[in-house]
Amino acid sequence: MARFSFLELARQALSGHQGWPRHWRSRELQPRYDILIIGAGGHGLAAAWHLARDHGARNIAVLEAGWLGGGNVARNTVTIRSNYMRDDSIPFYVRSVALFDRLTRDLNYNTMHSRRGMVDVLQTWGMVRDRRRRRLTMDLHGATYRPMSVPELRRMVPPLTGGGPDARLPILGAEFHPDAAVNRHDAVAWGYARAIDAMGVEIHQNTPVRAILRGADGAVTGVDTPRGVVRADKVALAVSGHTTTLTETAGLRLPLRTINLSAFVSEPLQPCLDVIVNCPDLGVYLSQSDKGELVIGGATDLGQSFRRDVKQHVFEETVAAMLDLFPAFRQVKMLRQWGGHLDIAHDASPIVSATDVPGLFVSAGWWGGYKAIPAGGMCLAHLVATGTPHPLAAPFGLGRFRHLDYVLEAGTTTAR
Amino acid sequence: MLLIECPFCGPRAEIEFSYGGPAATRRPDDPAQVSDADWVDWLTVPENRAGPVPERWCHAKGCGAWLTVLRDTRTHDILDVRHGA
Repeated sequence: MARFSFLELARQALSGHQGWPRHWRSRELQPRYDILIIGAGGHGLAAAWHLARDHGARNIAVLEAGWLGGGNVARNTVTIRSNYMRDDSIPFYVRSVALFDRLTRDLNYNTMHSRRGMVDVLQTWGMVRDRRRRRLTMDLHGATYRPMSVPELRRMVPPLTGGGPDARLPILGAEFHPDAAVNRHDAVAWGYARAIDAMGVEIHQNTPVRAILRGADGAVTGVDTPRGVVRADKVALAVSGHTTTLTETAGLRLPLRTINLSAFVSEPLQPCLDVIVNCPDLGVYLSQSDKGELVIGGATDLGQSFRRDVKQHVFEETVAAMLDLFPAFRQVKMLRQWGGHLDIAHDASPIVSATDVPGLFVSAGWWGGYKAIPAGGMCLAHLVATGTPHPLAAPFGLGRFRHLDYVLEAGTTTAR
Repeated sequence: MLLIECPFCGPRAEIEFSYGGPAATRRPDDPAQVSDADWVDWLTVPENRAGPVPERWCHAKGCGAWLTVLRDTRTHDILDVRHGA
């Protein structure tokens, strides 16, 4: 792997940039590996990277049904934050935000990380109390929230002209979360892929897994793909909405249901928003991308769904909510929309866990899993390599459902 | 948007309904006789098929009836609607 540096850039410039190597190689699929990771999304790639770097594992293959970076790692709003509510969750997300902060250096790949902060616009007294409670809990774990007055908020976010005293929901206050950031999702996927390829991990795209295979003793023996059976004693699933589809081929039922979460992007505008704005009372949040587009996220579709499109009324309700606070955006044209199907656990918290099937590990239930990619990958790698949960992910085992020891943590925006 | 055929009001738009979650299988008659594993399974594990799943919808802005709807999670096709559980 040619290390990216100023010197390398200058050297390549002399040869007209024709000599840059491929980020990762396409290789022959071997019949056996030590570890199989299913899903070359953010979590799967990050797990492979931590397995190779921290645990010395090399004989790993990452199998991807589609193309690398084409799943939920590209179907999100790149919002990285740690303003959670439970003692079990906050340290995990604090670590994830810290790992994201240094990912560009760790991967030697520009993830275009922008630590711009997020402001929560509060429009009901219930939400003011909820965020105050979060602030006090977060203080204990090193995440930061800072209360902000309405004039201070309006200075920070000039296009936020709605929500005045005559509005249906007047703005009562705000909380600023300076740790929050956005980055470039493709760079995260490609950066991890390039780094793990350099360490000898194989990435196989267009290799959907049809079934998980078990031996006579019940343990995992490999997976079945259209390219043939691939054997491994350890199989880790990081496939988001398709987790239960795969585990059911091994006779394993999990407390997950698959839902659709959508987001929208506007046409590019002049720079007008240099902070992530979250409006939990209205159920919409937005930021402005480096290209100038408004990136808008909203509520989930209600029922279970394996679709990746957007329902018209979900789009309308989300955009109408945004216009309540940003009336100037009324004339903005929307450019793109996408939905991703994600799986949500019974208690809305993630699952990083061994299962009743020996050798089968799952990382699932990521509702807003983009921010959790580095820490989720780190914890999955630790679990696969050592067989014991990483301390940060210990509360997120499947055993919690058996013992009714739920981590009740809904998201900040979309769980209304 | 879904078009749900309410048995009392006819075909109505999804926004008239409130979603009531997956229609769980029947609650065990005597929870004391059920193993912990089966109880947790009944309590927390919904059918999550890429295909038809049963779910509850309440015609909240219409007649108020609770319906059980069989809907395909890949296509949003509604295969069956009936009143009650």
